This record gives sequence, C-alpha cells and structure tokens, in this order.
Amino acid sequence: MNQIRQAIESVCDPEIPVLTIVDLGILRMIEQTGNDITVTVTPTYSGCPAMDTITEDIVAAATRAGARSVEVKTVLSPAWTTEWMSVEGRRKLTEYGIAPPGTDPICPLCSAPDPRQVSEFGSTACKALMVCSDCGEPFDRFKNL
Amino acid sequence: MDTPELVRYTLRYADDCLVLSHRLAEWSSRAPDLEEDIALTNIGLDLLGQARMLYSYACEIDGARTEDDFAFFRTERQFSNLLLVEQPNGNFANTIARQVLFSTYQQLLWDQMGTSSDAKLAAVAARARKETAYHLRHSRTWLSRLGDGTDESHTRMQSAVDALWRFTAELFVVDDLDLSMVSAGIGVDVRDLEDSWLASVATDLREATLSMPDHHQQAGGGRDGRHTNHLRPMLAEMQVLQRTYPGASW
Repeated sequence: MNQIRQAIESVCDPEIPVLTIVDLGILRMIEQTGNDITVTVTPTYSGCPAMDTITEDIVAAATRAGARSVEVKTVLSPAWTTEWMSVEGRRKLTEYGIAPPGTDPICPLCSAPDPRQVSEFGSTACKALMVCSDCGEPFDRFKNL
Repeated sequence: MDTPELVRYTLRYADDCLVLSHRLAEWSSRAPDLEEDIALTNIGLDLLGQARMLYSYACEIDGARTEDDFAFFRTERQFSNLLLVEQPNGNFANTIARQVLFSTYQQLLWDQMGTSSDAKLAAVAARARKETAYHLRHSRTWLSRLGDGTDESHTRMQSAVDALWRFTAELFVVDDLDLSMVSAGIGVDVRDLEDSWLASVATDLREATLSMPDHHQQAGGGRDGRHTNHLRPMLAEMQVLQRTYPGASW
C-alpha cells in the first residue's frame, strides 16, 4: 500500500508540473481493499482540462505500483479553495515563477511588491496575468478561489 | 422526486452554461486584444465545466443517455436554455452586455441553489458561484469602461444593453416544473431573484453612465425549446463532428 500511496501522491498537475496533487490540495482520500484502490479527488476549477489528465495519471501510477483496479471518484463538496494548497506547494510555485495565491503578491523574480495586474485571466483558468512594477517581468499569479 | 423531472430541470441550467460557453468560444482568436481573448475563453471554459458537472449529474439520474447525447444529439427544440445566452456575439459591447446581464442572474441563482436539498446541485452551485463572481467582476469592468468611455463606445454599449433587454424578463419566469422543484426544496424560485437582479444591474448601468432600457416588449420560450433563429446555426456548428462521426473521440 505504501508504494501505491506514494505513487498516487506524486502525480503532478500537467499544467504546473512542479505541483503534486498533494501540494494542490485536491487529493482527498486513498482507500484500499486488497489490491483494489479508490482515490477521491476534488476538482479545482469546473472546467479545468487538467482534471481528466490527472485522473488518467492517477490510474496509471497506481497500476504501475501494483494496484489491480483503480477507481477515481470526484467529490465536489466542500468546494476546493486555494487555501488548501500546501506551504511546500506555495514555495515550489514561487520557484517556478508563479506567484502563489494569497494577499499581496510579490514578483517571483525580484520579490518587489505591488505588481500591476494586466488581466484577471491568465494562461489557465487558475491564473491571472501580472507585471512587476520594478523589474518589468510579466508573470502568472495563482488566483484566490 | 420524479426522475425525468429532475433530469429536465438539471438540463435547463446545463444548457444555459453550454450555449453561452460555445458563444464565448467563438471569440477565440478574434477578441479586441490578447488578454481579452484569454479572458473570454477562460469564462467559456468555466461555463463548459459547469455544464459538464450538470450534464454528468443528469446522466447519473437518467441512467441511459450520456453527456455527449445531451450536448450533441439533441435538436434545437430539445434545448431548454434561456434566449439571452444564445444571442450572437455581435460587437464586443453586445458580448459584454450579455455577460453582465447573465452573470448577475447566475450569481444570484447559484447562491440560492447552494441551499438546495439536492446535494449534487448544491455542490455544483457552491463550486460555480466563485467562478461566476470573476465573470461578473470582469464584464462589469468593461461595461463601465465602455459606457463611461468615448462617445462612440458609450453609444454602442447603450445600444447593446437596449437590444438584449427584451430577453431578460424570461430569466424570472417560472413554469410547472420550476414550481414542483421549488416545493420539493430542490429548485430555485427565480421570481425571487428579480428584485436583486434589477437593483444590481441598475447600479452597474448608473456607474457606467448608461440608462436603464425602457421596453415592455419581452420575448420568452427558451425553457420550452422555442428559440430565436440564432440557436440552430450555432448548434449545427457545435454538433457537426459528432453527427458526422458519431462516437468520435480523441
């Protein structure tokens, strides 16, 4: 079980490959009966196309680690919020060049405060587009949801 | 609850989301600037996700049809979306007016549906309401920029609101299905949303230096599958692939 659990926990978001599903806070439960595994996840945004890939990746990872059958269940309630993102996840995001969710974003490159928001909608549903008011770097910010 | 009734009820709100999502997708690569292109398609993507959550719930209770059956193999007469969401994109002001009018309604709707005794509908509403808040904030900002912008943008924004106004009374009309869902504690009595909707839209229009349209002529029938001429060509394009190659996937 530990191997299967580890394999599931290390599945990454295909759009933000530095974050695992644990970092994102969308992995809710792993249950095992013999070699049959049931994984419960909560989707981020309703239309996030990464969710389908994540489901496939969970099945593939668990199967490789020895699971006989894998069922991925989606639970909508309580709704996912960016508050569920782990501290480790926030650190990885910053390193990756994306400002983590929360108040008062800073530039992930030069750490200057008060970036300007260019658009509330960025390259994926979960991100907004910012520009650093000091170094001029354009960057994504994970939106608060 | 009678199963076919709950399916029909769920499909109404799924259809609203799907049809508007397709309209917004039509802006892809054609918006006034890159950021807006991304914004409109992001909003469309959220709505598509909301539609899918509702269609998959309808499938679960229906037990026979699939999400694709609902989206791609129903005819215009079987779609029960509001007329407002099927209206063409027009110019950018038309798209923004449609979004403000609809998102204001949808936000009030999700707030109420969040307390539904149907756990799945309540969960979908709780997920969707946060997304709708973004849609509303974004379209409201544009309403104000265009309304309170140049003479040209003001004129166009006002004409857009005027042109769409006749599709707004339908948002607050109930029929037997609604009433039966409301009395079962599942559905939302949309009549109760009208005052809040009107107050919110009036404030937004005032802040955008626009005036409240003054028409009395109102259109309706979308919930019964009686649509304007615009839905059919939209569905033809949306459904062509599945109808030509049924079951195609990638």
